[in-house]
Amino acid sequence: MLQRLRENKSTQGTLLALPTTVWLFILLIIPLFLTLVISFGKRSPDGNVIYTFTLNNYIRLSGYTTDCPDGQATCFDPLYLQILGRSLSLAFNTTALVIIMAYPLAYFIARAHPKQRNMFLFMVLIPLWTNFVIRVYAWMMLLRKEGAINIIIGWIANFLHIPFQPFEMLYTPGAVLVGMVYEFLPFMILPIFTSLEKIDTSLYEAAADLGANSIKTFLRVTLPLSMPGVVAGTILVFIPVMGTFIVSDILGGRQVILVGNLIQRQFLDARDPTFGSAASLILMIMTLIVTYFYTRKFGFGEEIVAA
Amino acid sequence: MTSEFAVEMRDVVKRFITPEGSEMAAVDHVTMQIKNGEFFSMLGSSGCGKTTSLRMIAGFEWPTEGEVFIEGKPMGHTPPFQRKVNTVFQSYALFQHMSVFQNVAFGLEMEGAAKDEIEKRVKRALEMVQLTGMERRRPKQLSGGQQQRVALARALVKTPDVLLLDEPLGALDLKLRKEMQLELKALQQQLGITFIYVTHDQEEALTMSDRIAVMSKGKVQQMGTPVEIYERPSNKFVADFIGESNFIEGKIKSLSGNEACVFVPSLNAELIGMPISDGLVKGEEVTVCIRPEKIHIAEKNAVNQNMFRATVTNTVYIGVDTKVFVDAHGAKLKVWEQNRISRLDPKSFYTVGQEIWLMLMPENTLVLKKD
Ligand SMILES: Nc1ncnc2c1ncn2[C@@H]1O[C@H](COP(=O)(O)OP(=O)(O)OP(=O)(O)O)[C@@H](O)[C@H]1O
Ligand SMILES: [Mg+2]
Repeated sequence: MLQRLRENKSTQGTLLALPTTVWLFILLIIPLFLTLVISFGKRSPDGNVIYTFTLNNYIRLSGYTTDCPDGQATCFDPLYLQILGRSLSLAFNTTALVIIMAYPLAYFIARAHPKQRNMFLFMVLIPLWTNFVIRVYAWMMLLRKEGAINIIIGWIANFLHIPFQPFEMLYTPGAVLVGMVYEFLPFMILPIFTSLEKIDTSLYEAAADLGANSIKTFLRVTLPLSMPGVVAGTILVFIPVMGTFIVSDILGGRQVILVGNLIQRQFLDARDPTFGSAASLILMIMTLIVTYFYTRKFGFGEEIVAA
Repeated sequence: MTSEFAVEMRDVVKRFITPEGSEMAAVDHVTMQIKNGEFFSMLGSSGCGKTTSLRMIAGFEWPTEGEVFIEGKPMGHTPPFQRKVNTVFQSYALFQHMSVFQNVAFGLEMEGAAKDEIEKRVKRALEMVQLTGMERRRPKQLSGGQQQRVALARALVKTPDVLLLDEPLGALDLKLRKEMQLELKALQQQLGITFIYVTHDQEEALTMSDRIAVMSKGKVQQMGTPVEIYERPSNKFVADFIGESNFIEGKIKSLSGNEACVFVPSLNAELIGMPISDGLVKGEEVTVCIRPEKIHIAEKNAVNQNMFRATVTNTVYIGVDTKVFVDAHGAKLKVWEQNRISRLDPKSFYTVGQEIWLMLMPENTLVLKKD
């Protein structure tokens, strides 16, 4: 039997892929299938799932509802579409800001003296050792009306004899954006750094040798060769930002509700797993579509993955 | 042309701070004058400062002391992109994100050349290195030899006055390397550009160069044509580094004009009529240097002058030559004998233990200061 296995390449392949397949099945396919099934179900009055086939949850997400204020049969409430749109635009803005902030930092670190370089990388990583939630709470302390930022500005204003009203910073979209950028910055710095560091310095010299000044060298050599890092970082940032709810929960309060919050509340507060599942699937599809078009244009940053 | 010299290094020193914190001179008071249109090689073993010298000419590195002149103009801290020299890097340093065409066009785009002119010149450069038809490939899709040609075309398309090449053939296999050596030399002659060529391969340097600078420990040991370097090494280092040499310790017994009589204690013999370099005086300890292929083997003492007895200790047949190792009164010497006759008959070899006579022709020997 072993003999036959040795000769049969395709059976070998199947066997080798078996562990992966089993894991994928247990961890991905089954949960996904359950989510799909539940999303077509109905919520029972006591918050359980009644398994049927109805598209009600999806219709509700699209904004059409039978739960109308003035006795109409159906009406349109864009609440959920707004939440989806807000999540999407926040994810775009966060990713863009993170790229703008991470690139120069990564560039600086990659160009630093090797000894200092390790220290800088260490400093980038340190925040990741603290719990995610605690770090967001720290921002709350900073952004509150009585928070550190307002206190400091107040001191300065007082010193300069300027009248000062504390800023309302917490529970605004801006606060959520700041929190997101802060949380995900390291995930952009590291891949960009890796791709920059991999560029052979002789390429810079070759560019200079061929007549390129430092700006042209950057635009024609450094930037294109570091794009895989930017692409990898974008994927690492965009996808979690689309789904996370902690930052918006703590820094956005009731003002800034994202898909992540919506889903979380369906499961924990509203106790409607069917609607939560539908929202999860829509979130996943949206993320997949954006990622699909993005990676089709730029690839997966595979040079980074391969490294 | 403002200067007779394409490139001149005047008393250049380059010091680096080592990781241990001490200073070391990678290039130590080097002076070289490289003539226009010359094929000039820097030859030396690893770490002798060849690359550092080249990088100072290219402008990637600045001298700690001294000055580099290009076309007679002192370069100071002129950045690389303002020097009319181009480099072929050892690792080629091709831009992986660009096609062959884009790689070669890069330097012209930096000059702001017009699009159709770029196309024309890139085409001509690629023809020159026989890469026509490869324009759209990425460097990764080329063989090592082809990548090397792209690097060459990319530098040559800029029509530099001076082309700097840092072991450009180092990564190629022997056969391809020999082909490329001849091609490079032909290209240099055809274009009339000054080539400054770095290599640690002495055969390569001897094959291609008009002049060679032999370097060691950051210093130039000797500068001259291949023939001068091989036939008249100016010190024991060069004699040992280029080709192979026998060294025999001796003492100048008497001098007459440019010739000396050297007493060699180990052979208990006198070598007569030895040509000497300047500055040697009577009674001085010297090293007599002779190439293994320039020693003649005789069956019996025919001339009676500059001949001495030796015992064969080993023979090695290597096709072109037979290497004969001998012991002459305790002095171990090596003699290469060309296989001018068929060696199929085992009797044509010297046997181990056989007594032979060695003859040194004065004009083939060199008397050097002992160091
Ligand atoms: N940037 C640097 N910092 C410190 N030391 C250096 C630096 N560059 C070169 N060196 C040292 O200078 C010496 C000469 O180096 P160089 O690269 O010029 O040698 P080379 O002759 O080109 O050798 P190879 O044949 O191995 O390429 C070496 O001992 C090297 O360690
Ligand atoms: Mg070198």
